[in-house]
Formats: sequence, C-alpha cells, structure tokens
Amino acid sequence: MSSPPSPSFFKATMAIVYKDLAAELRSRELLSAMLVFSMLVILIFNFALELDIKVRQSVTAGVLWTTFAFAGTLGLNRSMAVEKDRGCMDGLLLAPVDRSAIFFGKAISNLAFMLIVEAIVLPLYALLYNEARIFQPSFLGVILLGSIGYIAVGTLLSAMSVQTRTRDVLLPILLFPVAVPVLLASVKASGGLLNGATFAEILTPLNLLIVYDVIFIAVAFMVFDFVVEE
Amino acid sequence: MIETKKLVKRFGLKTILRGVDFSVQPGEFVALLGPNGAGKTTFLRILASLSRPSLGSVKVAGYSLPHESAQVRAKLGVVSHMPLLYPDLTAEENLQFYARMYGITNHQSRITEVLQMVGLEPRRKDLVRTFSRGMQQRLAIGRAVIHDPEVMLFDEPYTGLDQDASEMLDDVLRSVAAKGRTVVMTSHDLARAEDLATRFDILSRGVIAASATQNELQSTNLLAFYKQSLAAKN
Repeated sequence: MSSPPSPSFFKATMAIVYKDLAAELRSRELLSAMLVFSMLVILIFNFALELDIKVRQSVTAGVLWTTFAFAGTLGLNRSMAVEKDRGCMDGLLLAPVDRSAIFFGKAISNLAFMLIVEAIVLPLYALLYNEARIFQPSFLGVILLGSIGYIAVGTLLSAMSVQTRTRDVLLPILLFPVAVPVLLASVKASGGLLNGATFAEILTPLNLLIVYDVIFIAVAFMVFDFVVEE
Repeated sequence: MIETKKLVKRFGLKTILRGVDFSVQPGEFVALLGPNGAGKTTFLRILASLSRPSLGSVKVAGYSLPHESAQVRAKLGVVSHMPLLYPDLTAEENLQFYARMYGITNHQSRITEVLQMVGLEPRRKDLVRTFSRGMQQRLAIGRAVIHDPEVMLFDEPYTGLDQDASEMLDDVLRSVAAKGRTVVMTSHDLARAEDLATRFDILSRGVIAASATQNELQSTNLLAFYKQSLAAKN
C-alpha cells in the first residue's frame, strides 16, 4: 500500500504561523492585551519606585524582563486557549504531519507576538526611564535569546495547562519555576551590557541562555506528541 | 476498512471501553448508537488517533494505530459537534489553512469545489464568526473532506442544529456517503440514523451490545431494536 501524501514539516509549521498571524491581525485580542498589560507594568514601576536616574538605570534589566515575562504568559495562555476552546486543537492534531510541527508553528507565532510587544515597549521604556542604551544591538540580541527560551518552554507548558480547568492559574505556576534559569540569565546578561560589561564578563549567562534555548526546543520536539495526546 | 479487536480504554481507574470488537467494510455507513456515557466519543477519538488505546488493536484504512497515525490521519475526515474552525478567518482562509496542513497542491480549485458542495461558495470571503451554527457545521464538513478522505467519522454532527440546518446537513452527509466513502456516525437522533446508515451498532457500557444491517431491520424499527439491545445488555 502506498503512503498517502502529507505536507512537509516546514510547510505545516508555516501554515500555523500564517494562520495565527492572520487571525490576530483581524481580532487583535492577544496583542492588545499583552501591550496594554506591558505598558501598565512599565508605568506602575515608573511611579511606584520613584527612582533617580542612576538607580533607574540599574533596575532596567529587571523591570523589562518582569514585564516581558508577565505579558508573555498572557499571550501564551490566550494563544493555546484559542485552539482548545473551539476544538481547533483537534483539527491541528488530525493533520497528517509530525505533531512537533504544531509546537514549532505555535512557538514561532508566540515569539512573533512577544517580539512585536517588545518592539513597542522598549521605546516607551526608553522615553519614560530616559534610557537609550537599550537599543544597542547586543542588548537586543540578549532580548531575542531570552524570548526564544521563554517562549519555547512556555509553549510546551501552555499545551499542557490548557487541557485543565485551572489553565489561567496553572500556566504561571508551572512556567515561572522552569523559566527561572532563562530569566536570571537574561537579566544578568542584559544588566551587564547596560553597565558596560565586556563580552567575556557576560559570557556565562549568555552561554546559559543558548544552552537553555537548545535544550528546551529539543525537549519540546521530543515530548510534544505525548503532551497533547489523551 | 476499520477494524478494532478487544479495544480497551481506561482513564485512570475508570474503564470506558471494555474490549470492543468492531469492523466496517469499505463503503459502509455505520451508525454507532448508545446512551450518554456509553463510550461513543471515546471510541471515535481512538479511531481518529486523538486518543491512545489502553489495550487492543486498531486498524484504519490498512494502517495500525497508534504507530502509523500520520498515515491514518491522511485518509481520515472527522466532524464533531465542534466545528474546528477559526472564527476570525474567512471560510476560504479556514479551508486554505487545512489544505496546507494536508499538503494539498493546487488547493484553490479544491476549495471552490468543496465550498460549492456545502453550499457556501457565495459566503467564501465572509468571516466564520458571522456564520450561523448550521453554516459552520456545513463548513466543518467541507474542512473534513478537503483532502478527499476514504473514511469519515461523524461525532454527533446534528448537535445544536435547527430543523432546516439538520435537513441541509442530511443532504451534505448523503453526498459525502454517495462518493463511496466509509462512514461511522454517532448520533442520538435515531430517525436520522435510520434514514442515512446502512448498519446500526449499539454501544452500551463500553462494548458493542448489538449490530444489525438495514435489511435485517426491515421487520422492526430502529427504536425497537435499540431498546431491545439496551434492555438485553442491562
């Protein structure tokens, strides 16, 4: 018996990304929630801490990563809930493709949403905190590496938590402990860059970020099929 | 075309299916009937490779589950009471997405063909969230047949439909079955099942309690057969 045709892994992944971006472009539910939340957090920190310029500069990395982590969790929850609530996750699982393509599709679109939010939040932060150094390419590179790791593990865990009744509460409870290494490394590396550390001085957190990204992408690739199956 | 042997499904300590032996020949339209909680949906989810059997063997379209699940999914179309559609995409975009997920080349002509079959060609550019429940269910059937599957599984497809929408769905189901596809449908609507199916299997307490073809039922009606089967099992 000849095997029936099936899509390539790459095409299936990109179909999910395209679908998510097109749906979000229409509804703007996920992005607007993430953006409003991020802006509020930045504003609250700005007023609550009442810091002088010098101290503000020293807390930049922490404030930014706290904001990104909380906004990212909002987006991760919503992105998987859209699939689950209307049964669309079953539609994805019925496609004749390796199920890890679903993980990569969802992870890439989640990463795109997070990067869009970061691209809007960073200029706002620079304006409010008078901090222009966050636009240096190496700092943006650390933001990208940290976001990849956070989204990789977050997408995997949101696929688990979305199947429970307490998914809104469960995702942060599961995600934050597992994401501690990536958040710590991101804060260390980005904080170091802002304080004028050399590349050699931030090499350890940078290596940790890269290793974390590789490990969690590999783990998700291997276990996603078992996570989504009954 | 479909064969299960001694199929068992457990969720924790609860056993839902208790050794189901079930077989469907190519081109048959089987109505799987039974009370709530009998295990119909669980059984269909296993056939669709959405759930893993605890014990027993499952073959669909010549492929074994769960080891050859991607090959099975390529030959399978599934319609449930949930439409599995994205409300913020148009009818055409939804079908485009699923066509890509099934690796269909030249999908534009296939999408037009499917939309004509389910009577939604004039609404192809409209967002699915503006569709009535009946229109969504017709589009769900279009989604399920986009890759021209050999086997169709329908899980309570009439749930939430009004009379007009149900009649329209009857026509679509008949046209799906008329193409020689193998169909398994679960339903609580015995009159519709009697009208559409060529065989009736009663699932009760996790096993097939009785089975009869349309010809075998000619002397009695489906409701009487259904009640007798459940009474004998209880």
